[in-house]
Amino acid sequence: MQLRKIALTVAVTAAGLSALATSTLAQAQSAEQFIPLLVYRTGQFAPLGIPWADGKQDYLKLVNARDGGVNGVKLAFEECETAYDAAKGVECYERLKTKGSGASGFDPQSTGITFAVTDKAYADKVAIETMGYGLSQSVDGTVFEWNFPLLGTYWTAADVMLQDIAKKEKGSLKGKKIALVYHDSPYGKEPIPLLQKRAAAEGFELALYPVTPPGVEQKSTWLQIRQQRPDYVLFWSAGVMTPAGIREAQASGYPREKIYAIWWAGSDHDVKDLGASAKGYNAVTVHNSAAKDKVHDELRKFVYDKGQGSGSAASVGSLAHTRGMMISMLQVEAIRAAQDKFGKGKALTPEQVRWGFENLDLTADRLKTLGFGEIMRPVKTSCSNHMGTDWARIVQWDGGKWNITSDWYQSDKTHIDPLVKEYAAKYAKEKNVKPRSCS
Amino acid sequence: MFYRENGQFKSSYRSDLALFPVAQDRWALLALAALAFVAVPLLASDYAFRAVFIPFLILSLAAMGLNILVGYCGQISLGTGAFMAVGAYAAYNLQVRIEGMPLLLSLLGGGLCATLAGVLFGVPSLRIRGLYLAVATLAAQFFMDWFTNRVKWVTNDSSSGSVSVGALQIGGLAFETPAQKYLLCLSLVVLFGLMAKNLVRGAIGREWMAMRDMDVAASVIGIRPVYAKLSAFAVSSFIVGVAGALWGFVHLGSWEPAAFGIDKSLQLLFMIIIGGLGSIAGSFFGAAFIVLLPLLLNHVPHWLGLPISTATASHLEHMIFGALIVFFLIVEPHGLARLWSTARQKLRLWPFPH
Repeated sequence: MQLRKIALTVAVTAAGLSALATSTLAQAQSAEQFIPLLVYRTGQFAPLGIPWADGKQDYLKLVNARDGGVNGVKLAFEECETAYDAAKGVECYERLKTKGSGASGFDPQSTGITFAVTDKAYADKVAIETMGYGLSQSVDGTVFEWNFPLLGTYWTAADVMLQDIAKKEKGSLKGKKIALVYHDSPYGKEPIPLLQKRAAAEGFELALYPVTPPGVEQKSTWLQIRQQRPDYVLFWSAGVMTPAGIREAQASGYPREKIYAIWWAGSDHDVKDLGASAKGYNAVTVHNSAAKDKVHDELRKFVYDKGQGSGSAASVGSLAHTRGMMISMLQVEAIRAAQDKFGKGKALTPEQVRWGFENLDLTADRLKTLGFGEIMRPVKTSCSNHMGTDWARIVQWDGGKWNITSDWYQSDKTHIDPLVKEYAAKYAKEKNVKPRSCS
Repeated sequence: MFYRENGQFKSSYRSDLALFPVAQDRWALLALAALAFVAVPLLASDYAFRAVFIPFLILSLAAMGLNILVGYCGQISLGTGAFMAVGAYAAYNLQVRIEGMPLLLSLLGGGLCATLAGVLFGVPSLRIRGLYLAVATLAAQFFMDWFTNRVKWVTNDSSSGSVSVGALQIGGLAFETPAQKYLLCLSLVVLFGLMAKNLVRGAIGREWMAMRDMDVAASVIGIRPVYAKLSAFAVSSFIVGVAGALWGFVHLGSWEPAAFGIDKSLQLLFMIIIGGLGSIAGSFFGAAFIVLLPLLLNHVPHWLGLPISTATASHLEHMIFGALIVFFLIVEPHGLARLWSTARQKLRLWPFPH
């Protein structure tokens, strides 16, 4: 009996070890470019995280299936669940950063994890791609060599929202009262410095309403809003907080037309179940993530029709899923740009991919070939500008679908640029980072 | 046979009172120390340091602190996360606001501030006990969550409420690589471990245990409840505070208040329950269990070549974790430390059990 047990243990251990050995061998053999996927499919942000993660993975699958990778180099990827927790995110980062060819770039999907891995990335020489989130001051590539807040930051988003509001108010925000209802975390607090700057410059009153995470309990916040009657509400929410907030807005009779949500709170899953009660709810988009384009058709044809899709076919074309695909597309294009410089058809090091991020040049033609012609406008990054080109539009929920209600906006840099400089300099001083020269 | 104590005579009080009276234990421990200080830094990978060893060491330290309060003094606390937060933020402020502050002093200063907070929130323990005290310490947790989130001074007016620390340096010695950071944590943990072990063996430790077992009887035989309870709160929060500072400075590097939320408090409580209440070694077992099990559950399907989705793996982790906790509470309520001591007892008699 005893002997049998021992034999069994030995057999199981041996099987485990041999599997371990073979799996590492298999990785070493083929030339692949490894892309780590930090995701959260559980926890309070899961409603947002799932389509996002599916989108990221789907686009990589599409590139592998349609083009056979980037110039013949297959894309390898592995997911790691963070549950939006910084400590778990750090563990995932450590686990995946040296895998295969080395991590091509991390999209941490969380402002908190971005903060935690930014210093580490600097030492490990890995790019951090934070499309539409992360540290707003990391636009400054002289200080943040490894961070890429591509296509927009919370400051540009807040600026665009104010622009759209100003348009509705015939050009002036003077004397208006604008409230910010935000997830009480670094994510939600990020737009505050810019809003304060603009409030002082343009003479509107800014009222701050923090909501304790996870944000399922917002009654008191919206009762206060009913009392104070702000003219507009900017809504910095994510995950389970969004539908809860819209429901409370409805219960307290606050018009949904006056709510402007950040992109992470503006996708189909946020409002679908609410249907007509969310009618009129506005959200800002990253470039034009609300558009349907060729890439969606190709994804259906090459991936979903073959049963390879990561999520349900119904989520293809939702805003959150499209954003995930945009993130992967930028990652893949960075790899492509780096291959053009460092050798086509080779697996690249993380440092080489970083060069690609910094020298992205997506022209209108190129975007059209990729199937993103409607979704994005041309983007060009540089050594000093790690954001590229920020564009945004406003979409409105009509009870059944999102409608694009505004033209293209670009943020007004008069307030943002000095703020980026100021905060980047503060960061450099705190961390003893010597800004590099870009000339 | 492995544990033959024949011929080990104790000829002085000193040797009878030694920390590890059995020679085999001493050798095993020395070997373990050599392994930890020499072999691990030479052999382990960066991933092992950053994802396994460093969090394990820091959480063991925190669990040790909590174990002194809960396991030895019997005062249930749900505010460990709060005391860790005090340690981390106090150390951060000392580092940021005082030019040229040595790192070690910041860490210990963080511990001292946590001591103050611990004693303050320990005062209700003089009047209330059991579940009611647990709720009072829960108040500490929520107060600190609010305090670190809302009072801008605490985060040095950081716009996002997230703080981060610069390079770690002690007396010209830079702690940059994971191996160096690991050694820093290890040295502190060993130091605090020895201190804690000696404290709980001494008069003060016996006072705590007397309070735990029956506070009325303890005060009848002349133990002052005020002193015993508050000293337990002070020592425990000091250790927990240092652990918090290390968690922020060494493990995360940059953190937001959510890093020290109620989840952390509960996690630490699970650690000492699984590891063993009232046992210093148990804190290490518990921390190892809680740090390693999720990693193992995550890695095992990969090793076996079973492709399961990330979400499934994460849900499985929760289910297995919950089941194991229930299992332990039913089968071995005294935790892994008791399992270890039973095994040791068996080894001492093996192969001739009576």
